Amino acid sequence: MSGPRAPTSPPPVAPRNPPPSRRRGKAAGRLRPVGFDDLGLKRALSDRLLPFLVAAMAFLAALALAGALATAMLAQHWQQGAEAELTIQVPTPDDPAASGHGARLAAVMAILRAEPGVLAAKPMSSDDLAKLLKPWLGDAGTTLALPLPAVIAVTLTPGSVLPDDLSAKLAAAAPDTATESADVWAARLSALARSLQACAAVMLLLVVGVAIAVVTVATRAGLSARRDAIEIVHGLGATDAYIAGRFARRAMRLAAAGGVGGALAALPVLLWLAYLAAPFAQGNAAVTDQTPLIALPLPLWIALPALPLAAAAIGYVTAEGTVRRWLRRLP
Amino acid sequence: MIRLEAVSLRYGAGRAAQAEVLHDLSFHVPEGGFRWLTGPSGAGKTSLMRMIYLAVRPSRGRMIIQGKDIGRAERRQLPRLRRRIGVVFQDFRLLPHLTAFDNVALPLRIAGRPEGQIRADVMEMLRWVGLAAKIDSHPYELSGGEQQRVAIARAVINRPAMLLADEPTGNLDDAQAERLMQLFQELNRLGTTAIVATHNQSLMARYPARTLSLDSGHLVQDE
Repeated sequence: MSGPRAPTSPPPVAPRNPPPSRRRGKAAGRLRPVGFDDLGLKRALSDRLLPFLVAAMAFLAALALAGALATAMLAQHWQQGAEAELTIQVPTPDDPAASGHGARLAAVMAILRAEPGVLAAKPMSSDDLAKLLKPWLGDAGTTLALPLPAVIAVTLTPGSVLPDDLSAKLAAAAPDTATESADVWAARLSALARSLQACAAVMLLLVVGVAIAVVTVATRAGLSARRDAIEIVHGLGATDAYIAGRFARRAMRLAAAGGVGGALAALPVLLWLAYLAAPFAQGNAAVTDQTPLIALPLPLWIALPALPLAAAAIGYVTAEGTVRRWLRRLP
Repeated sequence: MIRLEAVSLRYGAGRAAQAEVLHDLSFHVPEGGFRWLTGPSGAGKTSLMRMIYLAVRPSRGRMIIQGKDIGRAERRQLPRLRRRIGVVFQDFRLLPHLTAFDNVALPLRIAGRPEGQIRADVMEMLRWVGLAAKIDSHPYELSGGEQQRVAIARAVINRPAMLLADEPTGNLDDAQAERLMQLFQELNRLGTTAIVATHNQSLMARYPARTLSLDSGHLVQDE
């Protein structure tokens, strides 16, 4: 070898105890060059499969989040609507009222109109009632001259509560008058909404679990592929934090890229779904003029950018933990 | 400083434990001391070296490296100690995806030295081993002798307190081996404790020094 000079020339080794880094913070004080890949992780943790799988997880997470949010919003909307409506049946409406003045229907309507919480009270026409009963009675409802009750649809002022004794007052005016609130339906809708939200939460947990599993498997494959390099670096005095940090940062970058991809892929789908759901959420069956961009609820606008951050966090923490556990086998 | 007191080593633990490969070794190498390590193949030379450069911990006995009782040391204390030990492996153990420069710079980067300081030190070291023109070459682009020199540069770049070399002349011709021994002697003169495992009797004859001889995991000579 043409290398080492005469033995009298000492090797130009670095000092054993270097002085404190006075140049730290300047360009010369930079620690490790950008992109320095001592463990060869650019190949061991490939930028192909892991980001793609994380993107798929982020896409599913976005759909689960959207489902949970949409369910919550629709349930709230429906519940508000249900709580604001009341149906009152008045049997034999044309019979005299208990007071003896006028018909029963008129007496009930008078009581309802006097209630401050009632926004509107409208008796259904006999035609509407016939249509309502047609599935069960056919045309008999009109042709057989059955003694059908009058049905009054009552809309309450938002936030108002009717007095507890209203049913009794109505029954006193018109015997056998039945008051049916939509509370039962509201409770059922609420239960349905909670179930759907629980399903969405379970789906989200599953997605997070699968994402953790994917990062763990990829990290273990990387550890297996770079075992020699890790042992060399470990033997040179690298700490667990140094080695785990290299894996964690690589996994974080790949997972974040996947998260961005998944969120971007989910955006048009969510906008389309929001556009379709908008009329229901607004209680209007007609498709509105609202642009899809506005239709997407605000929480979802916050949740979508959070997906890459969550993916990055999952990638970092999972890879760090996996590598630290693996390193315990080394002394 | 290296001190072993009735140290034994077996690989594996619990039910996976294998037979002992080193038995009741006791010896002392003072600060700045030099030892040859000899013995037939399979005698346990590499296992002893692995134990001293902290790739494995002793199963029994007491081993003190640079004043630290390795059996009692916490795991997180060992990396700092490893940084003070330079190792030249028989098969070099260079990282194939890194250039000669980055391989030599690795110990300094692991130790957290600033990049500007690293560049100057590594360039000087590569010039000293005659590889200034090969700083951007990967190990697979270098000859065996050149890879050996990169491995040596990496082992000594951090001015280690201890230097261990396992058959370092196995891939070198006589002239290269001679220069390598001059380097080891120079480092030893500067205060580095050194243990060199070899089969090369003529080299040992040219550089007489106290010798540790192993046979079947037993220390049979320390003189």
